[in-house]
Amino acid sequence: MTPRVGVITFPGSLDDKDAARAIQLAGGEFVALWHADADLHSVDAIVLPGGFSYGDYLRCGAIAKFAPVMEKLVDAANGGLPILGICNGFQILTEAYLLPGALTRNDHLHFICRDQKLRIENNTSAWTSDFNVGDEILIPLKNGEGGYVADEKTLDELEGEGRVIARYLEMNPNGSRRDIAGISNARGNVVGIMPHPEHAVEKLAGPSTDGLGFFTSLLKSLINDGKVSA
Amino acid sequence: MIVDKVSDAIATPKVLQPFAELGLKKDEYESIREILGRRPTSSELAMYSVMWSEHCSYKSSKVHLRQFGDKVPMNDSMLVGIGENAGVVDIGQGWAVTFKVESHNHAPYVEPYQGAATGIGGIVRDIISMGARPVAVMDPLRFGDPENPDTRRVLTGIVSGICGYGNCLGLPNIGGEIVFDPSYQGNPLVNALCVGTMKHKDIHLAKATGLGNAVILYGARTGGDGIGGVSVLASETFSADGPAKRPSVQVGDPFMEKLLIECTLEVLHAGLVEGIQDLGGAGISCATSELASNGEGGMHVWLDRVLLRDSTLTPEEILMSESQERMCAVVEPGKIAAFMEVCKKWDVEAVVIGDVNDSGRLTVEWHGEQIVDVPPRSVAHDGPVYDRPYARPDWMDSRNAAGPENLVRPSSAAEVKQTWLTMTGTPNLASKSWVTSQFDRYVMGNTILAQPEDSGMIRVDEKTGLGVAVSTDCNARFAALDPYRGAQLAFAESYRNVAVTGAKPLAVTNCLNFGSPEDPAVMWQFERAVTGLADACLEMGTPVTGGNVSFYNQTGDVAIHPTPVIGVLGVIDNVELRTPMAWGRDGELVYLLGTTRDEIAGSEWAHAIHKHLGGSPPLLDLQTEKTLAEILVAGSVQKLFSAAHDVSEGGIAQTIAEMAMRSGVGVNLEVPASIDAFTFLWSESATRAVVVVPQNQNDEFLWLCASKSFPATKIGEVDLSSKSIELAGVFGETISIDITELRAISEETLPRLFG
Repeated sequence: MTPRVGVITFPGSLDDKDAARAIQLAGGEFVALWHADADLHSVDAIVLPGGFSYGDYLRCGAIAKFAPVMEKLVDAANGGLPILGICNGFQILTEAYLLPGALTRNDHLHFICRDQKLRIENNTSAWTSDFNVGDEILIPLKNGEGGYVADEKTLDELEGEGRVIARYLEMNPNGSRRDIAGISNARGNVVGIMPHPEHAVEKLAGPSTDGLGFFTSLLKSLINDGKVSA
Repeated sequence: MIVDKVSDAIATPKVLQPFAELGLKKDEYESIREILGRRPTSSELAMYSVMWSEHCSYKSSKVHLRQFGDKVPMNDSMLVGIGENAGVVDIGQGWAVTFKVESHNHAPYVEPYQGAATGIGGIVRDIISMGARPVAVMDPLRFGDPENPDTRRVLTGIVSGICGYGNCLGLPNIGGEIVFDPSYQGNPLVNALCVGTMKHKDIHLAKATGLGNAVILYGARTGGDGIGGVSVLASETFSADGPAKRPSVQVGDPFMEKLLIECTLEVLHAGLVEGIQDLGGAGISCATSELASNGEGGMHVWLDRVLLRDSTLTPEEILMSESQERMCAVVEPGKIAAFMEVCKKWDVEAVVIGDVNDSGRLTVEWHGEQIVDVPPRSVAHDGPVYDRPYARPDWMDSRNAAGPENLVRPSSAAEVKQTWLTMTGTPNLASKSWVTSQFDRYVMGNTILAQPEDSGMIRVDEKTGLGVAVSTDCNARFAALDPYRGAQLAFAESYRNVAVTGAKPLAVTNCLNFGSPEDPAVMWQFERAVTGLADACLEMGTPVTGGNVSFYNQTGDVAIHPTPVIGVLGVIDNVELRTPMAWGRDGELVYLLGTTRDEIAGSEWAHAIHKHLGGSPPLLDLQTEKTLAEILVAGSVQKLFSAAHDVSEGGIAQTIAEMAMRSGVGVNLEVPASIDAFTFLWSESATRAVVVVPQNQNDEFLWLCASKSFPATKIGEVDLSSKSIELAGVFGETISIDITELRAISEETLPRLFG
């Protein structure tokens, strides 16, 4: 059975179709989930896509946290369901306390869209098992509020427990502490990343196909965990 | 609140009305009285005043714009022509594309952020009201002197506005222009282009048909923003203690616009809509009168049903409000519930404000009182038409006579190198990435090419690879020297930029930015530019599908350079065949296609180095341009090119510099024996491109050029081991320009000025 991966569309989600495309290119089945529907429709994993949920009014991700679907999502995350938050999705995951820290206004105060080099720091999470630690990848980054911040103790913990998924290489595009581009929860099923792997899945329409690894990682880990058959 | 009813207008014919303050001329006011057979009510006066404004009625430009329709070359690809919200072009495989560029010039000078933001919002709504999904935006921008401190205020605000609004909509920003010239100091130009795609069956038009059908206003609530002149009515004549005059610049909410896009496409695709119209300039007045006028009968509107942000608004203000993110749909009674259900899903407010009837009149009611009773056509389409006087100004003679012949040119290898480095860093030629990196070019995942490539290219069909390419261009200095040829050169550059990427040019849109039409010299520029463009479109077989005119871009007596921004759309059957601008394999052969003449008038070199503008712009032969495009497209299909780039502002020096900076790979070049180094590098002769040919395609390429008798000159080879541009034959020497140094110069300018 093909793994079924849900993508939640909030009002203002923008990269939901891109996430769906990436899931399909990796070999998964895409399932559309709706913010107002408090039902995860038995998916095997979930992507929270990029965009400006609820216009990013109040604070990025702050309103999305209260969407009806999120209560189920939090329960599922705590139960081990693989969840990837990309950009706005990462912001939502921190607002929902599924990941520590917060994403703040870029230190240079401008939105930035660029092809960003990253180094993979962890290949044990559900979303990065297909990489090698130390792999350098190039994927698009586009955000206005992408500066990852947390207190020193949390940052130490994240690093000590190997929960930093990827770091910015060559330049830090937004002032993130310790060049952090993505992190996971302690269990490794919930991952948040600021750059956009779903925009680097086809040679023609992105700077590389390096982003596909996040989605193939997921499908493999689902199969390895016996959640779905190969 | 005192309301001026139709019965009052009949009973008190002699009331003095502030028509002049609303921008209407005495004879225009008289003709309104004649149409109605009485004085207009204040609401009617408000409606006519905005709908008969230059912006809405095209009253000064109409007589000339007719040429676009009259000269539209026969082309089976036109599905919807000029006159609708945007033209629609067939691109094959059942797909259609709609695209249009529009101006939003005046507001951004007053309030750069909101002015620019709402400019995008407006053009996007034009595209969705055709039934298309918007898939890309572009922004042709013009600013004043980059060293003037006010340019910083205007540019940073406008860029933030485009960024804040556009990024939030989820539309990739794939190109545009940023040009500096002192002539735009008090009149920056903010043009916005949007491209939308749809299946043929999904095309929708703005008309109110079907007796008894409901007119639904949906989207944002109506507020007091963007009311402009109409507050004269509300505050001066009818209620002296009413609300203060309101700001004339609208405030945008991109989140609401995103919901409106999704909601509108869902109701259209569900077959719930008979006719649809966006609300932009002139708000409800425009939407209701145009829907009714394009339909077959009349329309009745209950204005007090309109959902308001501010309950103190007068009916005149509600009719005129330019609050953003609103749409109007005509819906069959049986489908209203389903329509409302979709709106509810997207958290979009909607209300039935009227219905379609067979009265032949547009009537508006306010709490049971009739306040408007007009023939809708007289408001929407039968406004005044002026054939304003135009005459070639005397100063054109001296301008054309003062050519660039005596400007001091670099006369040694060292001077050529220094000129090259200096030119690369001038604001007009420098990298624009400080601006464009603030725009999302990746969203939707179908961006094949984006700035700084020659044109933006979007994949339309993921299965077949069908795509479209769009470019916008205008060297306004050429238009200032010769508006007829200048418009044609702008068109030719845009046409070439599309062809360079491998797409076949198909259709044209334009945004005609000019000074005051009341100045015969400006009107002459306008007439010449329109005629030039129409003639070019006729000859090249590319119809104008729509566009926009922006007059009054002038401060005092000084008008901007005539700036006919031309957008060309092309189609490519498979985006995998696109030609990018970066070379990258060792030994690739670098060719110049076309002929270089000593044509420096209006060039970037004359402007940047000597602040000179005079002489006559480069010659243009459209048939040659067409042949060049055929070679560029054929080369893409036959995979003859690994890279190609157009030659325009900054000449071949800039073309080579951009290709080298894009790839980071060096090149060994030689100035052709037939020409001097300066002319070779900085002439801006039209109809040229640099193409990069893999060695094993050389014979095929030369045969292609020979078969079309088109000049191709080999100028060098790509050198993978090199990180510099080596140019031999420069006053007997070889100059060497380090690409890293060049890139640093190119990328330093905009952050230094505006960062």
